[in-house]
Amino acid sequence: MTNEDIKNLILEIIKDIDDEADFESHDPDKALREQLELDSMDFLDIVMELRKRHKLQIPEEDYPHLATLNSCVRYLQPLLKDA
Amino acid sequence: MLNSRIVLTGIGLAAPNADNLPEFRNKLVNGISEIQEIDLRYFGNAAAGICTFPETLYRKKKENKKGTRAGCLGVYCANQALKDAKLDILAYDASRIGVYIGLTEHGTVETENEVFNISKYQYDVNYWTHHHNPRTVLNNPAGEITMNLGITGPHYVIGAACAAGNASLIQAVQMLKLDEVDMALAGGISESVGSFGIFASFKAQGALAEASDPRKASRPFDRDRNGIVISEGGCIYVLEHLERAIARGAHIYGEIVGYAMNSDARDFVLPYGKRQAECMRLALQRAHLQPDQVDLINTHATGTKQGDIEECKAIVEVFGHCPSTYVNNTKSIIGHAMGAAGVLELAGNLPSFIDGVVHPTINIENLDPDCSLKNLVVNEAVQTQSIDILLNNSFGMVGINSTVIVKKYKD
Repeated sequence: MTNEDIKNLILEIIKDIDDEADFESHDPDKALREQLELDSMDFLDIVMELRKRHKLQIPEEDYPHLATLNSCVRYLQPLLKDA
Repeated sequence: MLNSRIVLTGIGLAAPNADNLPEFRNKLVNGISEIQEIDLRYFGNAAAGICTFPETLYRKKKENKKGTRAGCLGVYCANQALKDAKLDILAYDASRIGVYIGLTEHGTVETENEVFNISKYQYDVNYWTHHHNPRTVLNNPAGEITMNLGITGPHYVIGAACAAGNASLIQAVQMLKLDEVDMALAGGISESVGSFGIFASFKAQGALAEASDPRKASRPFDRDRNGIVISEGGCIYVLEHLERAIARGAHIYGEIVGYAMNSDARDFVLPYGKRQAECMRLALQRAHLQPDQVDLINTHATGTKQGDIEECKAIVEVFGHCPSTYVNNTKSIIGHAMGAAGVLELAGNLPSFIDGVVHPTINIENLDPDCSLKNLVVNEAVQTQSIDILLNNSFGMVGINSTVIVKKYKD
């Protein structure tokens, strides 16, 4: 997967959680949770979807790497490079 | 406070044939059933009552996905009840509002869905959702209502099989009289149509209705009745102290003047007329009423062979000598809305206080001689001189009985 693919994957998952999510003014370096009104359960939905779609088991200590869109890409790139 | 009079001032509902009281009442009076055939996972086709209502009117789609169908129904009905009561929730201290919701069961739908979900991953429980626990805790639908409305007073669920709707009203009356809360949102909800297991279990009991036309499947008191039609639904009331309701100029649907609950202490599923009669008598005693003062009995009858007969025996025992007590059955039109049944049926009959009309029991082609109650309103609505006292029965499995008596409010 390219960086762009990973970005789109995360946005697609968030869209599934909230199809009214507003990505218009989204800043990829700012926290997803605050910008898109995601709570802890929504965040776990992202983790679960990555598991379902790509068999990724993300350990809890790595959750902070999923804070922003860009940090998601940086963290997931090596894990999804062959996906 | 213990002698305080408690009144119903708002009603919000979602029924299988309406999403508001005027439409619901109109369809009941005209005997319009919208029971349909649904296709259930593993089970196949069955007659069922499905509610159509604006699910995102009071809550975002995202929240509905996160919560449960019961929560979705609850949030809609609670908001509609407040709107109907013309009550700004800020008129009450949020910490002094109680939310009491009756449920027949909860968590069955969510658990079945999750087991199905992990079946797609070789039953690896790492794919079991983190939403499972908050969705299946028994207070779920009541809690979803408090989150939506910012209510910080007590919320909980009354688990009382199919007597749950009445039980929640009784709980609300008691909590208001005990001065535990100043206002209550109380009622019942059912999401049971989402569970194949509930259908399969009734079928295994020989208690699931079957008919070529689903609208004719629910036929309490008919000779050829063959079981229950399962429906989803919700109905929530605003309950207030009479003085407070008068002070704010509220419309008063009625006053809860009597109630009772008891137990058969006998059988897991078979109802028992003797204990049902005792329940009705106790409610009458508490209401300081004689049987012949009751103008209308809404029966619990679900369309099972023995259940209907037991209730008829109980009614004959208590009201057999009453010349002008009408009897009807709402389930014939909307099916059995389980935890919501008692409260939905009460809501559908409350307008009788205004128009004096008793809605019919439909689908009676051949009245069962064992269910041939005096003044049973069959197939066509009846215009009476007036309906002032309404008795609402709701009974349930494992031998639970409930009766609520509502009186027309007069200045």
